[in-house]
Amino acid sequence: MSIEVKNLTKKFGAFAALDGVDVKAADGELLALLGPSGSGKTTLLRIIAGLDWPDAGEVSFDGENALARGAGERQVGFVFQHYALFRHMTVFENVAFGLRVQPRAVRKDEASIRARVKELLDLVQLDWLSNRYPNQLSGGQRQRIALARALAIEPRILLLDEPFGALDAKVRKELRQWLRSLHHKINVTSIFVTHDQEEALEVANRVVVMDKGRIEQVGTPSEVYDSPATAFVHGFIGESIVLPVEVSDGHIRLGDQSLGIAADGASPGASKLFIRRHDMQVGPAGSGVLEGRVAHVRSFGPIQRAEVALIQGHTTIEIDAPRDRELRAGDVIGLKPRRYRIFASPS
Amino acid sequence: MTMELQHSLSFAPPGQNAQPRASAAPGNLRTEPKPVRVVIIAIAITFLSIFVVLPLVVVFAQAFSKGASAYLAALSDPEALAAIRLTLLVAAISVTLNLVFGLIAAWAIAKFDFAGKTFLITLIDLPFSVSPVISGLVFVLLFGAQGFWGPWLQAHNVHVLFAVPGIALATIFVTFPFVARALIPLMQEQGTQEEEAAISLGASGLQTFFRVTLPNIKWGVLYGVLLCNARAMGEFGAVSVVSGHIRGETNTMPLLVEIRYDEYQFVASFAVASLLAMLALITLVAKTILERRLDEEELPREH
Repeated sequence: MSIEVKNLTKKFGAFAALDGVDVKAADGELLALLGPSGSGKTTLLRIIAGLDWPDAGEVSFDGENALARGAGERQVGFVFQHYALFRHMTVFENVAFGLRVQPRAVRKDEASIRARVKELLDLVQLDWLSNRYPNQLSGGQRQRIALARALAIEPRILLLDEPFGALDAKVRKELRQWLRSLHHKINVTSIFVTHDQEEALEVANRVVVMDKGRIEQVGTPSEVYDSPATAFVHGFIGESIVLPVEVSDGHIRLGDQSLGIAADGASPGASKLFIRRHDMQVGPAGSGVLEGRVAHVRSFGPIQRAEVALIQGHTTIEIDAPRDRELRAGDVIGLKPRRYRIFASPS
Repeated sequence: MTMELQHSLSFAPPGQNAQPRASAAPGNLRTEPKPVRVVIIAIAITFLSIFVVLPLVVVFAQAFSKGASAYLAALSDPEALAAIRLTLLVAAISVTLNLVFGLIAAWAIAKFDFAGKTFLITLIDLPFSVSPVISGLVFVLLFGAQGFWGPWLQAHNVHVLFAVPGIALATIFVTFPFVARALIPLMQEQGTQEEEAAISLGASGLQTFFRVTLPNIKWGVLYGVLLCNARAMGEFGAVSVVSGHIRGETNTMPLLVEIRYDEYQFVASFAVASLLAMLALITLVAKTILERRLDEEELPREH
């Protein structure tokens, strides 16, 4: 089922949680809504689910107006950030809930309900927990039960609010892969909200980057990472070095020195130069366009992260360099960005 | 990552560090010298004995002062039976209505945001801060012969004052806060997520209420009902103003206790009083059990 959101606006008092948002999700897609807290991503998800109502705009499922229906009639599976499992019901009854509250005319008989719940608990590999209560489960188990409960109603759309937010790092990684393979298996159009860029890039087919109630960029993980559309996206996704520069006559100046790299058609005026930490090429002193003294080096995994005090601009940046060329505190090095982007500074 | 974890584990585990401190803490708290402790505890026990236990004993002693047969005769007297019936009826009406009102008010306050919410919470507490006599008087002013709706009621031959409806109204007013007060903090703490989950799974409003909300607050509801009932049966001031003291008709148990006492019928008076005292004792035990259940429900919760 495809989802289309058009020009959605929602205000809480004077605060615009959503400010003219357009999103499309194709059938079977796994979409991530990525943004800092307060960016409106959860509000958008709740409106799609029917748990909140917009002030203006449209939401349609397969071209059909979804706002005309209540939450219970949209056949949307919603997984809450804190799971919202029914605390007084066993795991089994939690999963069975959506089947038991169906109108009598379409409700399944007890045997089919039991079979269906068993099937779902098998799917999330937690069949052995069916008689436990939610407070006897670990965070990761609750998460999977919440998902099984949402899937019980055979949703046409699956919405997940910060699905891994309350879990520890290791469980999070496992569940990410598990969610992706589960999505592959059931192939239901899914949207999940996250503030964790790594999570969004690793799990989703496409990422919608939001800030302050607006959409900054929509694209595949590699698109938003490699060609960020705005300064916000560049700063939010991946770690960036940001230098305040001045663009004039096709030259980029940092402080009072021209950097000798092309302005790439950036409009003149105060701008920001964005460089990925790992896109900074390290050479001997005098070899690059920037010069700096290594203040501090930490090595882990495949990289070494160095704090470099730039001679130009009197500022300190962090770069990630491969470990083949050893850096030491006190070294003076030349730096040259392999890739960079320039965005005009907001005036 | 795992390296770091193991590393930090091999260092002093926080649990072991905390344990000696935790076991030392109660010892440190008992720093008052023994005589001081004894005196404080003795004062508390003496005070409770004089002001609570002694009166309770006196009630039963007086009730049985002329033997069990006199006691039973006093209770099976038609006026006493009428008072017991009326008290049960009024309690049933006011507890039922306050249960409904209390649930609605608590629901509105805990689950929605609206203008005037703080004002509503203050209003719910009003009966606690107003003298019960005033509460009764308000209904006299509204429904009395010279009252606001008095002439209209008289014209239509509806009896509110000096009849069951008036007594029920005054009792409802006085006992209104109990259910709402018991439920508001509980429902606020639980939030709306489980209800939202139920609705998104296709449950109707009623299904959500009976399958999700009510089971989550059932101990709180019972707690509120228990206190509400105790107060409804024991209410004297407000009921006294609106009752009219018609013998065998509009006397509740507390009113009958006073009337019998004024007539020097001590056994009859204290026999009825002993029933109220027993109600109080039962309420106390039930309250303790319910409080334990409520605590248990809250302990394993995570947020």
